[in-house]
Amino acid sequence: MEPTTTIHHHAPPSSFIRKYIFSTDHKIIGLQYYFLALVAAFIGMGLSLLMRIKLAWPTETWPTLAALFPEGFAGGQMKPEFYLAMLTMHGTIMVFFVLTTAPQGGFGNYFLPMQIGAADMAFPVLNMLSFWFTFVGFVVLMAAFFVTGGAPISGWTGYPPLSALGQIAGPGLGLGQDLWVISIAIFCVASLLGALNFISTMLNMRTKGLDLFKLPLTCWAWFTTAVLALLAFPVLLAGGVLLLLDRNAGSSFFLPEGLIVSGKVINRSGGSPILWQHLFWYFGHPEVYIAILPGMGATSQILATFARKPVYGYRAMVIAIFAIGLLGFFVWGHHMFVSGMSPFSGLAFSVITLTIGIPSAIKTFNWLGTLWGGRIRFTSAMLFSIGFVSLFVSGGVTGMVLGQSSLDLFYHDTYFVVGHFHMIMGVAAIFAMFAGTYYWFPKMFGRMMHEGLGRLHFWLSFIGVYAIFVPMHILGVMGHPRRYAQSTAYEFLGSALPLHEFITVAAIIMALGQFIFLFNLFWSMKKGAKAPDNPWEATTLEWATSSPPPFDNFGGRQLVVHHGPYEYSVPGAPKDYIMQTDPPLAVAKH
Amino acid sequence: MGATVAILIWAVTAATLWMFLSGRWPMPELISLHGQGWDSQYLMTIIIVGIAFTLAQIGLGWCVFKFTDKKPGPATYTEGSAKVETTWTLITAAVFVMLGITGQRVWAHFHLTDPPRDALMIEVTGQQFAWNVRYPGPDGVFGRTDVKLVDDAAGNPLGLDDKDPAARDDVVTQNQVAVPVNRPIRLILKSKDVTHNFFVPHARMKQDAVPGLATFMHFTLTKPGKYEVACAELCGQLHWQMKAFINVMSDEEFQNWLKERAP
Repeated sequence: MEPTTTIHHHAPPSSFIRKYIFSTDHKIIGLQYYFLALVAAFIGMGLSLLMRIKLAWPTETWPTLAALFPEGFAGGQMKPEFYLAMLTMHGTIMVFFVLTTAPQGGFGNYFLPMQIGAADMAFPVLNMLSFWFTFVGFVVLMAAFFVTGGAPISGWTGYPPLSALGQIAGPGLGLGQDLWVISIAIFCVASLLGALNFISTMLNMRTKGLDLFKLPLTCWAWFTTAVLALLAFPVLLAGGVLLLLDRNAGSSFFLPEGLIVSGKVINRSGGSPILWQHLFWYFGHPEVYIAILPGMGATSQILATFARKPVYGYRAMVIAIFAIGLLGFFVWGHHMFVSGMSPFSGLAFSVITLTIGIPSAIKTFNWLGTLWGGRIRFTSAMLFSIGFVSLFVSGGVTGMVLGQSSLDLFYHDTYFVVGHFHMIMGVAAIFAMFAGTYYWFPKMFGRMMHEGLGRLHFWLSFIGVYAIFVPMHILGVMGHPRRYAQSTAYEFLGSALPLHEFITVAAIIMALGQFIFLFNLFWSMKKGAKAPDNPWEATTLEWATSSPPPFDNFGGRQLVVHHGPYEYSVPGAPKDYIMQTDPPLAVAKH
Repeated sequence: MGATVAILIWAVTAATLWMFLSGRWPMPELISLHGQGWDSQYLMTIIIVGIAFTLAQIGLGWCVFKFTDKKPGPATYTEGSAKVETTWTLITAAVFVMLGITGQRVWAHFHLTDPPRDALMIEVTGQQFAWNVRYPGPDGVFGRTDVKLVDDAAGNPLGLDDKDPAARDDVVTQNQVAVPVNRPIRLILKSKDVTHNFFVPHARMKQDAVPGLATFMHFTLTKPGKYEVACAELCGQLHWQMKAFINVMSDEEFQNWLKERAP
C-alpha cells in the first residue's frame, strides 16, 4: 500500500514563545523532552548519592548535609524516613521522567518524523500538550519535597495500604503522597497523548516508497513503545484515581476491613491491597519495555552504521521487538510471586516470563551478528552501543534467575533485584540515550561533540556501572533486603558494609564522570566543530537534510525511498553506504 | 581501540565471575528441607546463565577486537541467515523452558502441596514495626480476636477475646518464633496495618503478610539455632528495624518454651 503524506506548508513561528516554549515543532518538543529528562536525571542521580552515603557510612555525621537538609539530616545523620523519601523520589523521577521521557518523548519526537520523511507529527498541538503535561507532572512531583511532612516514603511502586492511609502510617504520606499520585496521573495523560501521536504518525505519514519493512528499527521500537504506552498508562491512571479516592474520599478500593494503624481502627472495608499490585504491574512491567525498546532500536541503528553492515536479521529484529512488547503484557504477575496471589498464577507467570528470554536472545545474537565481519569505527556513539549490548546481556541473564517463582522465594525484594533492573532498564537504557546523543547531536545542533571527552565519559561510565551493580547482586546473594536505610542490625548481613562502601565510592566516581558529559554537551553546542549533513555516512532519512534541519525538516521536498534502512557495504555499490533516498542501483546484492 | 574495548569487556566479565565464584560473600547457611531443592535449582540456573553471560561477553569482546576498521577490505555484506537464527532460537528456548519446568518442583514443594495434618500451626501477624506470634495452646485452636480489643499497651496486640474459651490458652509473643526441629510447620501470615513480608534467608523462604488476607507457608526446619527474620516489603519509616528471630529447638525444649509462656 502506498503511504500518503501531507507536507505542511505553514511559515515557521517568529516569536520566541511560539518558537521555543509553546512550540508545535516536533524537533523543539523533542529537545524540550530531552532537557527535562536531563535535569531530572541529574536530580535523580543526586538523590541516589545521598542514599549511597547513608548505606556506606551509617554512623557518620554530615554537618554540611545537615545544613542543606535541616529536616532530613537533623543532628547530622540521615533520618530513615528521609532515606525512604530519597528512594521513592529517585525511583519515580528516573522511571517516569528519565527512562520514559528521553528515549521516547525526546529522541522519538525528534527523529520519528524525520526518519519517515514527514514534516511533523500527525497532531502537532497534541504533541505540544503532551510535553507540557509532562512538565507539569514533574513540577507537581518536585513540589512534594517542599510540603509539610516531606516527600512520600512508599517507594515508586506506591503499595497500599502504606500509600493509601495518610500521615497516620508515617511521615511523608500526607500531602507529599497526594502530590505523588497526582503527578503520576498527569504523566499518564501526557504519555497517552504522546502515544496516540506516535502511532498515527508512523502509520499515516510515511513518505513515498517507505513501506513498513523499509523502516529503520528505531521507528519500529518507538511505534511498539507507543502501543505499549497506549495500553499500559490508562490502567495506571485508573489505579492512581482509585488511590486518590481512597486517600481523600473515604472509599476503600485497596483497604480491607479491620486495619489498625498507630493504635487506631481504620473504618473501611471491602478493598484489597493486592488489587493495586495487579493494576500497578499491569502497567509496570510493560513500562520496563517502554524504557528499553527505544534503546534497542537506537543500538541496532548505531551498530549497523559504525560496523558498516546491515542489521543482521532485520525481520527477526522487528518480530522480536513485537514479541517482547506483547509478552510484556502477560508477565506482570512475576512481580507478585510472594504477594499471596494464587500459587498457580505464580506457575503460569513464571513460565511466560522465561519465554521473554527467547526474543531477547534473538536480539543479542543479531547484534553480535551485525558486528561480526564488520569494519567497526569506534566513535563515542558506537562505544556506548557496544556497552549497551554488554549491559543488556548482564542485566538479562539475571532475569532468568528472578523469573523463576521458586528462586524468587529468596531473591524477591533483595538487592539482586535492584542490581538486575538497574543493569537492564536503568543503565542499559541510559547507555542507549548516551549513544543516541553522541550519534544524533550533529543533526540536532549542527555541531560535532568532542570525541575525546566522549571516550573518557564512556570508560568511566562502563567501569562504573559494573563496579556499582555487580556487587549489588552479591548483596542479594547474601539476602540483603532492598529499601533498608541501614544494614548493620542484621547478623546475616555481616559482610555487607564493605560492599556498600565499595559501591558508594564507585557511584561517586561515576557521578563525577557524568559531568564530563554535561560539559561536553553544552560546550559542543557552542564550540564544537561544524557538522556536515551526514557526518557518519549513514543511510536513514534524517541524514538527507541539513544539520540542523530546517523548520519543515526537508525544505518542502518530498523524499522518495528506494532502499532498505541499512544498506552498508553492498557489493558493487560505489560507496560503502546507500542512502534510502539514493536512486535505484543496478547491483545484485547477493 | 578495538583491543582496548575488548580487554575492558573481558576484564569486567572476569571481575563479575570472580565476585560470584570467589565464595567470599556466601548465601546464608541452609536450614530448611525444601531449601535443598532451592539450592540445587539456583546452582543449576546460575551455572547456565553464567555460561550464557560469559560466552556472550567473550563473543562481544572478540567482535570488537577482530573486526575494526583497521582491517583491510570492506565489511562482509549479509542480511542474516534464517538457519542460524532458527537454530539459535530453538536452543535458547529449550534451555529456558527446561529451567522454568525444573524450578516448578521447588515451587510445588513449597506452595502446591498441603502440609501434613499434624503440622504445627503458628500465626504471625505483622504490624509497624514488629511481628506478633501466636500459638493455639493445648486445645490446638486459635481463639477469637476482635480489632476493638487491640491494645498494645495492655499487652493485647492481637485483640484476643477472653470471653472465648479457645482464646484463653493462646500463647502470644513478639518477635520470637520458636519451632521444633524437623517438624512440619504451617505458618499463617496476617497483618494489622500495611503489607509486610516474612523473610527467613536461612530457610530460603519469603511470603507477604497482607492486611485483610491470610497467606500461608509450610516448611520444615532441619537445623537447631537462632536465625534472623527480616521484613522484605517496604512498610514505613522503620522498615529496616522490623526484625524477629526464628528459634529452632528440640521438641522437648519447644514444649518447655511454650509452657513457660502459657497464660
